[in-house]
Amino acid sequence: MAELNIRERQAGDVTILDLEGKITIGEGNVALRSAVRKLVSEGKKKVLLNLSGVSYMDSSGIGELVSSHTTISREQGQLKMLGLGEKIRELLVITKLLTVFDTYPTEAEALNSFK
Amino acid sequence: MTEETVELKLPSRIESIGEAAAAVADAARRLGFAEDALFGIDLAVREAVTNAVLHGNRQDETVPVEVGVAGTDAGMTVTVRDRGTGFDPSHLPDPTAEENILKASGRGILFMRTFMDEVGWEHPPGGGTLVRMIKKK
Repeated sequence: MAELNIRERQAGDVTILDLEGKITIGEGNVALRSAVRKLVSEGKKKVLLNLSGVSYMDSSGIGELVSSHTTISREQGQLKMLGLGEKIRELLVITKLLTVFDTYPTEAEALNSFK
Repeated sequence: MTEETVELKLPSRIESIGEAAAAVADAARRLGFAEDALFGIDLAVREAVTNAVLHGNRQDETVPVEVGVAGTDAGMTVTVRDRGTGFDPSHLPDPTAEENILKASGRGILFMRTFMDEVGWEHPPGGGTLVRMIKKK
């Protein structure tokens, strides 16, 4: 089984990526990078990462979130996040990235913020 | 009194990172560390071994990364040694500074220092860098 499973779905003009598993060096961070690059190449620039199924992340995983944010911002798009677990939130607090990323507790609030 | 000793010699490849972290976390579990501490220990070891594999040994699989654990009821010491040319941790940029916050890398040592009680670097005879991390109960 892959370290990180990614499922793509659409809610209006927002593309939601449901992530499940671990985002760590090697497989997980590469899978996320490929998924985000694919969306950008398809012109999908409103992206919501659903992290509620992500149980673990290392500094490479955090770095990949930063890269995803930068890639989409550079294309005048928006990347938002949803469903941060307690540990993932702690890592974003430690790195001060919680002040940079746009995060929401629920999908409805996240989708509403794109309008 | 519970005692744990682990010694691993792993090839310098990405797959070794998870293997080392899992072995150390298992030892920490047997020593009775709480679930919350296990997350931090696992992450700190992952970051130390990542640095050893990528930056120290530059993924040369013929060069080993050595991981050691010495644990008692009071806590554990984890060592990770590579055979690289060494580095100076005092000259690393602060990844939380405004000018660095959007960089894709450079957060591993921050996590090691956050989740372990003590982190230090040594340059043992024979070359390479040895990082020593202590986690108290």
